[in-house]
Amino acid sequence: MALLVDKHRPRSLDALSYHPDLSERLKALAQSGDFPHLLVYGPSGAGKKTRIVATLKELYGPGVEKIKIDSRIFQTTSNRKLEFNIVASVYHLEITPSDVGNYDRVVIQDLLKEVAQTQQVDANAKQRFKVVVVNEADSLSRDAQAALRRTMEKYSPNLRLILLANSTANIIAPIRSRTLLVRVAAPSEEEICKVLTKVGKMEKFKEVEGLNKRIAKESGRNLRKALLMFEAVYAQNDNINERTPIPPPDWEALIAQIADEIIAERTPARLLQVRAKYYDLLSHCIPATMVLKTLTFKLIVKVDDELKGEVVKWSAYYEHRIRMGSKVIFHLEAFTAKFMGIYERHLMGMEF
Amino acid sequence: MASFFDIRARKAAAAANAGSSKAPASKQENNRLQPWVEKYRPKTLSDVTAQDHTITVLQRTLQASNLPHMLFYGPPGTGKTSTILALAKELYGPELIHSRVLELNASDERGISIVREKVKDFARQQLSNPPSGPAGIEYGKRYPMPPFKIIILDEADSMTQDAQSALRRTMETYSKITRFCLVCNYVTRIIDPLASRCSKFRFKSLDKSNAGQRLEEIAKLEGVPLGEGAVDALVKCSDGDLRKAITFLQSAARLVGALSSGKKDADAMDVDEPANEVTKETVEEIAGTIPDDTIDALLKAIQPRKNGSVYAPTAETVQNIVADGWSATQVLTQLYDKVIYDEKIADLKKGKIAMVFSETDKRLVDGADEHLAILDLVLRISSILSSG
Repeated sequence: MALLVDKHRPRSLDALSYHPDLSERLKALAQSGDFPHLLVYGPSGAGKKTRIVATLKELYGPGVEKIKIDSRIFQTTSNRKLEFNIVASVYHLEITPSDVGNYDRVVIQDLLKEVAQTQQVDANAKQRFKVVVVNEADSLSRDAQAALRRTMEKYSPNLRLILLANSTANIIAPIRSRTLLVRVAAPSEEEICKVLTKVGKMEKFKEVEGLNKRIAKESGRNLRKALLMFEAVYAQNDNINERTPIPPPDWEALIAQIADEIIAERTPARLLQVRAKYYDLLSHCIPATMVLKTLTFKLIVKVDDELKGEVVKWSAYYEHRIRMGSKVIFHLEAFTAKFMGIYERHLMGMEF
Repeated sequence: MASFFDIRARKAAAAANAGSSKAPASKQENNRLQPWVEKYRPKTLSDVTAQDHTITVLQRTLQASNLPHMLFYGPPGTGKTSTILALAKELYGPELIHSRVLELNASDERGISIVREKVKDFARQQLSNPPSGPAGIEYGKRYPMPPFKIIILDEADSMTQDAQSALRRTMETYSKITRFCLVCNYVTRIIDPLASRCSKFRFKSLDKSNAGQRLEEIAKLEGVPLGEGAVDALVKCSDGDLRKAITFLQSAARLVGALSSGKKDADAMDVDEPANEVTKETVEEIAGTIPDDTIDALLKAIQPRKNGSVYAPTAETVQNIVADGWSATQVLTQLYDKVIYDEKIADLKKGKIAMVFSETDKRLVDGADEHLAILDLVLRISSILSSG
């Protein structure tokens, strides 16, 4: 059984439920025959990928939905072999170059050149060009982005790129100026509610408006998360009413617990206990940034207004360090210790 | 062949033609897919927008048929590459330009081995012959065809130090038959020995009127209706970078054009609707500029107030900005412009605020989380504002 998220994913541009302007634009672009390179950005769960898949369908017809997974081997200059997975249909390719880390440049150069140099074989195809969708474009290395630059201009008759990114901050300016920027904003809470109601109807769930609203609020304007929560609530409870608790994901529950513990007792012994929990989270592949961010927002609601600025300051500080450093646990612990210090001093009425 | 030796006559012809050589009515490919940046690249030196000083000097050298090694530097999109390409075209004409000019830019491999092989090979090549016969004589009258080749090293500041030092001697040895032109953004990244071998030309950032004029010209040629304030918005969003402005214009035109053609099919009833023009909003949307309202709301939220804390409203505004997908760097830039030019804030505070901006920028470039970074930024600005 598929998850609700996948089951009810809109498949065409007309079926998309929010941002009608954007859908219309994409449709017009797809029909105009003069399709530019796109850089699609927005927060996660806003529907970037869904929109792209729908646009591809508008461009090529239902053929794009027949996909297969290819495994390809690339050779780096130092003769290392890289294995790389490509999702492909007759008309388009989808790659996630960040899979191969530092070697993304090799993959980008080889693969795009190969695609660009082959013409569209299918005479019935609607468009003469192939589309390459690049996922997580914001984690492409500088080298890889520089390699894209010339490729985009040189091979533009045979190749269109669609870059997907969470933010444009890490995309170099030359790429940004060569693409049409498409911003996909997260849906508002009402829009999420509408989607939930619609999905609920199709699944024949009992409709509870208050619950939908709460889910929309909890999800932080992330539609994917909202749908997952929605499904979880209905799977776990038989009798649904306004006050049915929404089970948070395990990791979020654990972080909430950590926050409570830190506030309750501020000693080195407690730090040691919390440390075990951090390890638990990290070993379940929860990104450290996410841990720190969630923890910060859980802590902030519990502290005095005066302290809030200070907490955010140190959180941002250690988040940066997590990004730069090599071992994340140090920085998580450091933040915890720092917070304990600030909080303790505040309670004692000392200036920090 | 006669004209080949008759240098004086050729010079006179060249001088006479210098003014009217705009004539080669370029076969403008009506290719819609061609980027406008390429399509409207200046064809002759006199077409280059602004940069009067540089152009005058170059035009004089054009008449004298002698060229020093050159180093062009200046911010992106000011016409450095366009100028050297236009100059090469005027010097050699369409037939010789391929054999006499070598252009290398950053996307070509440009390590030390390339400098040693490709550049050196080209530098020591014999000069290619101008076309012969009566057509050749005619050709010779139109183009000066000076007896040297040009090597253009575009984006030279991204060349490694080693590669640059390998150029030093090459430049001198073959100076009889080869001239180098280095093009870069930062002159400081060019090693001194190279810089001292070249005569330097600084390209200044385009001012508003020049850039605006050129944009209007292009819009007219392409038949794109421009709404009120669109040109200003284009110039503002692009910071004097004409290339960026033209790309924005093209994207906007594409979007608006695509929309209108799509609409016509759907319902032909909407004839009354004003013809789709490129408006200020379209441009700002494409450039990813955040609407002023959003920034103002953020500024309002961080103002210190008497009762209650700034945290709750600020956190909410920031949350919305992040959820709307605005890029953090853009927030940073626009907020900076607003805060720094605000006259109500004391200078000392501005200094402190600038430091916060600098730190946040560094964090964002390192890939830190945008939400936390922006929240931290505005809360710290807020506390600086309220202190003292």
